[in-house]
Amino acid sequence: MGFSLSLEKANAILNELKKEYRIYAPKRFEKQGRYSDTDIIRYDEIDSIEEIVTGEKSTYSPKEVLFPITQTILYFTEDEYRETKMDDKKILIFMRPCDINARKVQERIYMGNGGFDDFYYKRLREKVKFVMMECTKGWDTCFCVSMGTNKATNYAAAVRFLEDGILLDVKDEELQGYFADVAKAPFEVEFIEGNETVVELPQIPDKKVLNAIKAHPMWDEYNSRCIACGACTIACGTCTCFTTTDLFYTQNANVGERRRTYSSCQIDGFDEMAGGLIFRKSYADTMRYKVLHKVHDYKERFGENMCVGCGRCTDRCPQFISFSHTIEKLNHAIKEICEQPVSQS
Amino acid sequence: MIINPVMPKPCKIIDIIRENKNEYTFRVESDITPEHGQFLQLSIPKVGEAPISASGFGDGYLDFTIRSVGKVTNEMFALKPGDMLFLRGAYGVGWPIEEISGKHLVVITGGTGLAPVKSLLSKCLNEPEFVKSVFIISGFKNEDGILFKNDLESYKKNFKTVYSLDIDKIDGWEVGFVTEHVNKIPIKDYEDNYAILVVGPPVMMKFTALECLKNGAKEENIWVSFERKMSCAIGKCGHCRIDEVYVCLDGPVFNYKQAKDLVD
Repeated sequence: MGFSLSLEKANAILNELKKEYRIYAPKRFEKQGRYSDTDIIRYDEIDSIEEIVTGEKSTYSPKEVLFPITQTILYFTEDEYRETKMDDKKILIFMRPCDINARKVQERIYMGNGGFDDFYYKRLREKVKFVMMECTKGWDTCFCVSMGTNKATNYAAAVRFLEDGILLDVKDEELQGYFADVAKAPFEVEFIEGNETVVELPQIPDKKVLNAIKAHPMWDEYNSRCIACGACTIACGTCTCFTTTDLFYTQNANVGERRRTYSSCQIDGFDEMAGGLIFRKSYADTMRYKVLHKVHDYKERFGENMCVGCGRCTDRCPQFISFSHTIEKLNHAIKEICEQPVSQS
Repeated sequence: MIINPVMPKPCKIIDIIRENKNEYTFRVESDITPEHGQFLQLSIPKVGEAPISASGFGDGYLDFTIRSVGKVTNEMFALKPGDMLFLRGAYGVGWPIEEISGKHLVVITGGTGLAPVKSLLSKCLNEPEFVKSVFIISGFKNEDGILFKNDLESYKKNFKTVYSLDIDKIDGWEVGFVTEHVNKIPIKDYEDNYAILVVGPPVMMKFTALECLKNGAKEENIWVSFERKMSCAIGKCGHCRIDEVYVCLDGPVFNYKQAKDLVD
C-alpha cells in the first residue's frame, strides 16, 4: 500500500509509532570518526525522520541492534544462573537491501545451525520489523549487484526519502493501521541495478583446490598489510563471531555476569586453545580464513554466499585492503591452480 | 517459553581423583548420559566455560579428566568434593558406535587423549561381545604424565596393549612415540573388519594416521577426535569452524577421509 507523506506528517506518525516501537536508523555522531573532524554514522534510536542519514552509507551495519557489541547473557550468584531480562517493546529498523539480506546470512548461523537457536538473537528478532531504505545508487566500494543482494522483498515497509517528505510502501498490516488518514499514492520501490565495483564470484571446484589456495603465496602480502585490528569484521553485516567472558563484581566476588562480545578471526588469540596452541599463525592465514569464509566456506554449508557486498570492510580498513580486490586476486590464484595439475600430497 | 541452550545446570562434585600432578578426574552428580566421545561445556562462575570430553559416566555421575592448562581448568584444580560445577551438553558427534560394533578395535592415544576414549574402552571391558578384539597403543610424555593407571592395568589383562613413554625408561613400558609402534598392529589379520581411533595432540594424530596408512590401513577405517577453542558449543560463536565444518556440531570425532582435508 503506497503513501505520500510530508515530513511533518511522517514525524507525527513516527511519534505515534514510538509508543509501541523502538525505532532505529543510521544516525550521525558528529566528530566521533577516527580522523579529526570526521563523523560516525551508526544505528541508534531516532526521534525524527530528519535524523536519518540517507545520503551516506552507515559506517557500521544494523546488526548491532539485533546483536549488541557487548551483551550480558547470564547473571550468576553462588549456585544459580539466571537469564537477562528484556522489555517487550517492539522494534523497527531502517535498513538498506544489502543489510536486510545480511540478516538472512546471520540467521542461518544464529537460527538453526546444528539444530540450535540462539536464544538472545531470536528473542530480539521476533520483535523486529524492517523498513527498507530505497537504495538506487550505492557507493564506490559497494558490489551488492555482484552478490545478488541489491534487492530485498521481506520488508514491513519501504521508504524513499524526498526533499520535503517521504514515499512509503507499507506491506505490514499492523503498520498500515497507522496510515488510516493518509492519502494513498502509488509508490513502487526501486533497486540499484549496477555498481561501480563489479566482482566475479570465485568458483572453487573441490577440497584439493581449496587447500592449494590456502597454501598459495597470494596471501603473503597480508602479513605486512593486515594489522589484525578487526575493524573489517566489526563493520561487516554478516560476521557473527563472539567470545564469552565472565566478570564478577568487586564488592562481592560470588555475584557476577557472563557476557558475550563481538570477536573476530582477524584478531590475535581467536583460535588460541588453553595451553597456547594456535592454528592460524600468520596474518596471511587469518586473512584467507576470513576471505574464504565469505565467498566459499559458508556457501558450502548453507548454499549461499556469506558476503553481501556492502563494502564496509573496505571502507573501514586502516591499511586500505580492498575486499573486492582481494577476491580478484583469489580468482587469479584459482585460475593458476586449476590450470596446472595439483600435485598429490 | 523458548529453551536457552547456553544455560548451565549446577552439579555437585562427588569425588576428585588425582591421576597425576597435572591431571585430575572430577566426578560430578548428573543425569546427563553423553554418547561415547561427546563433550560438555563445563563452567565455573567468574572464570568461564571450557569444552571437556566425558571420560566416563554411569548411574547418576559423569567423569571429566582435566589437565590444568587454561584459565578455567586451573581454577578447577582448587575445587573440592561438595563444591559445584556447572554443565551444559552433551554436544557433538562422538565415536561411530555402529562402525565399531563387532569389529576389531584399535585405539591409539597420546597423553590426555586417552580420556575421550576411556568410556568406550570401559564398554569394551564390560561387554566383551561388543567388539572382536581391542588393540591399544597409549603413549605419554614421561612417567609423571601417565593417566588411569588402574585402567591401564585391566586393559593389559584383557586387551592387546602397547604402552610407551616418549623419553623415560620404566619397567613394562616401551620407549618412543606412538607412531613407532603402529607397525605392531596386525592390520592384515583384521581382514578389513576394523576401526582405528586416534586421539591426541594435532601433530600426533596427523602422523599416527599417516603411519596407519603406511601399514595398510584404509582412510575410511580411521577416526580422529579434534579439539578447538569454543565459546558456545552450539554452532554460533565461530571459534571452532574449519572450512564448512563446525567442530562442535560436526565433530569432535571425524572420519579421517574428511579430517585429512580440514586445514584450519
